[in-house]
Amino acid sequence: MQNGNQQFIMEDETYTDIDGKAISLECQSHSGFCREFTVSSAKVSIGRVMVYTSAVWLSAYTIFFFTENTAVLSSAIIITLVGMMVHIHFVKVDHETLLIIGSLGVQVSSSYASGRESTDFIEMGKIKDIVINEAIHMQTVVYYLCILLKDPTDSDAVSCVVPLFQSSKPRLSCLVKVYKSCQDILAKC
Amino acid sequence: MVLKIFFPQCCNKADSGLLVGRWIPGQNSAVVLAVIHYPFIPGQVKQYIHQMRGQSGVDLTVLGSWSMPKEGQEGMESFLRDLSTIFPQGQWLQLSREMGKIGFRCHILTRDQNGKLVQQEKELKEENGVPDPQTESQLPQVFGTVCQSEPLFFLDKYDDSPVKLTHWQSEGREGSIIVELMKQASTPVCLLTTWILTLWTSLCSSRILNVRPMRFISSKLSTCVQLSYRTEHLQTVSSPTRASTHTHFMRKANIFVSFFVDVSLGLLLISWLYRENRIGKLANTLVPAADHVAKELEELLQWLMGAPAGLKMNRALDQVLGRFFLYHIHLWISYIHLMSPFIEMILWYVGLSACLGLTFALSLLSDITALLTFHIYCFYVYGARLYCLKVYGLSSLWRLFRGKKWNVLRQRVDSCSYDLDQLFIGTLLFTILLFLLPTTALYYLVFTMLRLVVVMFPGIFRSYRLAEGVKFRVLCEEPGTPLHLMMDINPLKVSSVIQTYRTTTYSCYPKDSWLALCKKLFLGELIYPWRHKTTKID
Repeated sequence: MQNGNQQFIMEDETYTDIDGKAISLECQSHSGFCREFTVSSAKVSIGRVMVYTSAVWLSAYTIFFFTENTAVLSSAIIITLVGMMVHIHFVKVDHETLLIIGSLGVQVSSSYASGRESTDFIEMGKIKDIVINEAIHMQTVVYYLCILLKDPTDSDAVSCVVPLFQSSKPRLSCLVKVYKSCQDILAKC
Repeated sequence: MVLKIFFPQCCNKADSGLLVGRWIPGQNSAVVLAVIHYPFIPGQVKQYIHQMRGQSGVDLTVLGSWSMPKEGQEGMESFLRDLSTIFPQGQWLQLSREMGKIGFRCHILTRDQNGKLVQQEKELKEENGVPDPQTESQLPQVFGTVCQSEPLFFLDKYDDSPVKLTHWQSEGREGSIIVELMKQASTPVCLLTTWILTLWTSLCSSRILNVRPMRFISSKLSTCVQLSYRTEHLQTVSSPTRASTHTHFMRKANIFVSFFVDVSLGLLLISWLYRENRIGKLANTLVPAADHVAKELEELLQWLMGAPAGLKMNRALDQVLGRFFLYHIHLWISYIHLMSPFIEMILWYVGLSACLGLTFALSLLSDITALLTFHIYCFYVYGARLYCLKVYGLSSLWRLFRGKKWNVLRQRVDSCSYDLDQLFIGTLLFTILLFLLPTTALYYLVFTMLRLVVVMFPGIFRSYRLAEGVKFRVLCEEPGTPLHLMMDINPLKVSSVIQTYRTTTYSCYPKDSWLALCKKLFLGELIYPWRHKTTKID
């Protein structure tokens, strides 16, 4: 007799991030105590790429018109290409994932536009709690989800705060959903 | 409470048999290390496990049974259940897998309920890769168990023994002949190296070499510093005691590998340098190069003594400073010409010392450059000292000009009433110093630029690679099977490696930050390049 709550809840609702751009949240429940949340930011927009490239090349052509030096043009091309490669490999985050496995730990991973993935795993023994914190930056109040880590010497103190979803920066409604799910699992184990 | 089972990937395709492993206390999880295949005699299995427990110190037990039935092997279910009576355990696992499916089925029997099927939520994790051991919490305990159970992995199913095992090393034992040979040879080599090093250190700390001037010079020459670092490293590596903690061991390994790479690169350099008499050619170009540098400096000084960049200098001071520096250069060139017949021989022997390592050769090179540009350093010191004195005097007299004084006791500026003659002389001196400022400042500027160029010339850096943590991936979610996760090793990023395992980095950049450097330059304080970052011990 199965005691399984093994539903495959796949929800795909549209939320926005703190700048107003649309992002999407996907929640997958693999089992009663293992859930995965993926927040995907907007992809690299072709319009912006074209605008930047045209601006760089137009200025390069203007300089070439005055100096008659072809090195300017080739350097503009090289700069554009290298800049684009650096941007999609190191800067542009495609989606961020939070995999929470009850009684084992939490895995946080960001995957970049070029396909590179950077993963970090935190054991359950080190996690004190997962909370939503407020940050006051100039005139705005920003909410972010974070993991509080226990101090090895003093189990009541918090030694470290690990913020989640740093690049996608979802708004409070999205964070509340993830928070409720995580607290469900943390309460069980 | 969720039951977690760590299962090695290699046993996925193993034939049916018994599971051998360890229950991790207090965590409700188990690590499966190997599968013992049929046919077996239970008495021999018990004896073997008892033997392994003694050899490895790990609490090995029979965890349960694994069945992957092939064609014609149905009806094993009841046989497997009966096995649980032969091997008395508190909890008996029954993992099974059907051909063509990824997911496992898992049943657990608990002893006191005597054969009743008790269903619990289970997770199943497959392992992959080679871990490194730590202490305390769950995942490190898993890896620690695998590492300590080394004696278990000596036998496998291809050996002719009463017990046939499958485990993560049964597809090919990891190891190499070179490593084994090196392990055997390491102890006598270590002892020999330690003995040589004690001789060397006792020689270095003998009284003759420890006189004040010698110590001062040897602390400035980067060669001697390098030698001392090398000695330290070799002492760490060749100490006969085993590394106590893992970090210690990694540091030892790092030092050894870096030393090895260094020496091989140095030998390569020697073989390139001594072919086609390159050393002779190098020596022949050295003296003309020094001459050329001296000529350029003379021209620079002549330019400064005239009207440099259209600025009007104080004629008398200009002439004094210029002539003083010119005489200095003249002395230096005579010295170089005196040394020129011996240069080639010196270079030849110095080149041989590159067999101690490439970094050693490079440090020698930087020392030679420092010695050859010593006159630039002297000029810089003179210019800097003059400028510093001037700025100091100016600031003090400016305070007098305004009727204030520096209170040394309170470390602040206080007002003070001066006598008339004090004020008169003070103002006079202040005016003189102020108008002589452009000349001194220009000399200082020029020689500081030269000095900075020479200082920024050398610089060496190193870095290494390692593995960090683990990462998980959800493998299979068929309904009716427990949750399947794949555990992989997460490779470390270079930046965190450098932070964790850095021994000594050699850098000839000024030790302080750029802001402090600019402040020093403005005030005229001397800049010393010979600061090395200290060892970071974790």
